[in-house]
Amino acid sequence: MTQPILKIRNLCKSYGENVIFEHLDLDVNEGETIVIIGPSGTGKSTLLRCINLLSRPNDGQIWLDETEITAKGSDEDMVRQHVGMVFQNFLLFNHLTALNNIKLGLTKVKKMSDQEATAKAMRELERVGLADKADHYPGQLSGGQQQRVGIARALAMDPRVMLFDEPTSALDPELIGEVLEVMRNLAKEGMTMLVVTHEMGFAREVADRIVFMEKGYIVEEGTPDEMFNRPKFPRTREFLWKITELYGDKKEDAA
Amino acid sequence: MNFNQFISYIAQGTVYTIGVTLIALPSGLLIGTILALLYVYGGKTAARLMNFYSTIFRGVPPVVLLFILFFAVSKGINLSAFLAGSLSLGIVSSAYQMEIVRGALLAVSGDQMRAARAIGLSQMQAIRYIVLPQAVRLAIPPWSNEVAIIIKDSSLVYALGVPEILRRAQLIGASSQQYLLAYLSAAVIYFLLVFLTTRLLNLLEKKLTIPSHP
Repeated sequence: MTQPILKIRNLCKSYGENVIFEHLDLDVNEGETIVIIGPSGTGKSTLLRCINLLSRPNDGQIWLDETEITAKGSDEDMVRQHVGMVFQNFLLFNHLTALNNIKLGLTKVKKMSDQEATAKAMRELERVGLADKADHYPGQLSGGQQQRVGIARALAMDPRVMLFDEPTSALDPELIGEVLEVMRNLAKEGMTMLVVTHEMGFAREVADRIVFMEKGYIVEEGTPDEMFNRPKFPRTREFLWKITELYGDKKEDAA
Repeated sequence: MNFNQFISYIAQGTVYTIGVTLIALPSGLLIGTILALLYVYGGKTAARLMNFYSTIFRGVPPVVLLFILFFAVSKGINLSAFLAGSLSLGIVSSAYQMEIVRGALLAVSGDQMRAARAIGLSQMQAIRYIVLPQAVRLAIPPWSNEVAIIIKDSSLVYALGVPEILRRAQLIGASSQQYLLAYLSAAVIYFLLVFLTTRLLNLLEKKLTIPSHP
């Protein structure tokens, strides 16, 4: 059994009295796509933020490969280079073109030369199908295109793991497909991904494992087949049924 | 004395008005920006100190502060009235400019900062490459307001004996008994200075606008 890329043990996070999650354990193996589902306010996004240390957990450990990133004095900036993050609201740098959004991390963090960085950034833009939008500013792109640039920006850093925090929730329905398509290809290429989403079609088709979180606990985890067809807990069945009805399974039906 | 000489005597004060502005404005901007960065990113103690600074300097009339600073500054170091007055005005203005920059920083920070940190930029890098360039654009409209105020407040150094526009208008008004004409001339010159400067800043604002949907 190979070592997991990401190992989470006994992770706890609370804001004052307000406990977000407690005693959370999770392993993520190389090349795996894990989809985290659950009602809002159950700590899914906070979990992602803890993994790239945008939010410091109160207790517990996270290992990225061999390194305990939650250890005192660990280099946050170093960790974040290896953990890519895609945000619900895209969060592109508004004053920079698509190309420069991707280049910035390459030149300033990875200290690449301008030429190298341009070449690399263009490759990433091609990867998400937006090479022709290189000199467009975020304000000139559609939501779906902005999110694809956001993915390219994270990918350019060659992360070990990619975290997606509801990447399609802020998108018009007709723009969701193009973003999911990019993510589907990433999963095929063997990128290790942790995805918080309500897109059940995507979860069913792409996830190696689905994790159902509620009220700060992992209720159940399993393969899509196990979760959709033979869930152990009635609560899992109930949630999946509701969310599938709400968000649909269109792509599955169409396929 | 003919009309031309009359006007030109007052207009010669423009050099001082512009000079005072060119010293007070950048020094206020520099101090204000540094203090605003400390306010927003320097932790609780720094924020409290900056808040105190801003409350004091904005709570007292500029001309009173000008006198206090002028006598404090010129007692410590031997400065001309012009330089001491300009610097004092810069310090008064730094409190206002700090609030302008702080507002702009807060408007950009948060999400943009998070996105910048997420790709591994340090906080300093994120401020430099992501937050400040966007904050500058947001700060221009309120800042052009402050520029207009400084140009007009530069007339306060008149009280320290610097021969700027207002001082000259008063002198020549007294000697010729043409007070109304003298002060009207001063008003026109101030107005033109402010008008042209804010026009320029409007152009700058347009030039720096980030393109959005064509």
